[in-house]
Amino acid sequence: MLAHLEKYFRTERLPHIWCPGCANGIIVKSLVEAIDKAGLDQDKTVIVSGIGCSSRAPGYLNFNTLHTTHGRAIAFATGVKLANPELNVIVVTGDGDGTSIGGNHLIHGARRNIDLTVLLFNNSIYGMTGGQYSPMSPQGAKATTSPYGNIERPFDICNLVTASGASYVARGNSYHTSQLTNLIYQGLQNKGFSFIEAISTCPVYFGRKNKLGRPADMLKMQKEFCISKEAAEKMSAEEKAGKVITGVLHYAELPEYTEQYQKIVDKCQRR
Amino acid sequence: MSMNAVKEQLEPVVVNLAWCKGCGICYSLCPTKVLSSNELGKSIVSEPNKCTRCKICENHCPDYAITVMGVKK
Repeated sequence: MLAHLEKYFRTERLPHIWCPGCANGIIVKSLVEAIDKAGLDQDKTVIVSGIGCSSRAPGYLNFNTLHTTHGRAIAFATGVKLANPELNVIVVTGDGDGTSIGGNHLIHGARRNIDLTVLLFNNSIYGMTGGQYSPMSPQGAKATTSPYGNIERPFDICNLVTASGASYVARGNSYHTSQLTNLIYQGLQNKGFSFIEAISTCPVYFGRKNKLGRPADMLKMQKEFCISKEAAEKMSAEEKAGKVITGVLHYAELPEYTEQYQKIVDKCQRR
Repeated sequence: MSMNAVKEQLEPVVVNLAWCKGCGICYSLCPTKVLSSNELGKSIVSEPNKCTRCKICENHCPDYAITVMGVKK
C-alpha cells in the first residue's frame, strides 16, 4: 500500500476479515484514494455503515466512523448531516443492506437530495449470513436460498435512485479501479445525494455456487461485461445485451436538503 | 544512480506476507508474470527484472499487501 494512504487506515486492525479475493478491499482502497484526492479533513469526515460484509469497512478506516443497525445507515447519516451540515458524510453499504432492508431509506435519501455520498458495494449476494440471494442477484443465479436458480428479477439500482431524485448517480466496478476512484471523487464533490454503485465480487458464496472460478477470473469477467457509457452509446442493442454500463449515469443540479432546511431556520428566526 | 534507485531496481514489488491471503489476483493479473505463488499460495516476487511498474497488482490487491516502488517505465 502506498505510504500516503496509510494515514487513512487503522493499520493495527489489518489484515481485514474479508475472504481471500473479496473485491471489497479494492473498493475501499478506491474510496480512500478518492478521499485523499478530494483532500477531505479526517476529523470532518464521517463514514456510516449498516450491517454486512461491506459495512465492515469503516472499522478499518481512520475517520469518525459509525457502524449502525441493519439497513439504517442512511437514516443515521441523515441525522449526522442535519445536526452538523459542515461534516462530509459518506455511507458505505451493501446490496442487501442498502436495497432490501434499507431500500426505503435509500429512496427517501435520494428524494430529499441530502448531501451524502453513498457507496453501495454490489456483490450480488448476502455474503456475511451465508450466501442468500439478494435483490441484486441476477436472474437465474444460484444461492443458498435459490439452489435451482433465482427466479426474481434484480433491481437496476442506479435507475431506481435516479428516479427517486438523486443528483449524482454513477456505477463503477472493482476491476477498473481508477475509474471507480474518479466516480467516488466526483460524488464527494457533488453537493447533494451522490450514489455510486461499485460492482464487487463474492468468490466464496456467489463465485463457488455459480462456478465463476477463482477471484482473479471474477475480476477479469468484470472487465469483459462492464462497458463505459461512452462506448455503449456507439454500440448496437445486440452488442449491449448482457453488458453493464459504467460511468456517470445521471447528474442534475438540484436544491440540497440541509441548505433548504437552513433557509427555513433563518426565515423563522427573522420573524 | 542513487541508493534508492538501486533498491527500486532490485526490489520493484514488495509483498507484505503478513497481510497476503493468497487469493492469487496479483499473479493472475500481472502482465509480465513478475509474481508467482509460494507453497502456501501467497505471492512472491520471482522475476523482479520484468516489472514495468504498471501497478495492476498493487491496485487490485484486496489486502493492501503489495507496494510497487518507483514509477512506470
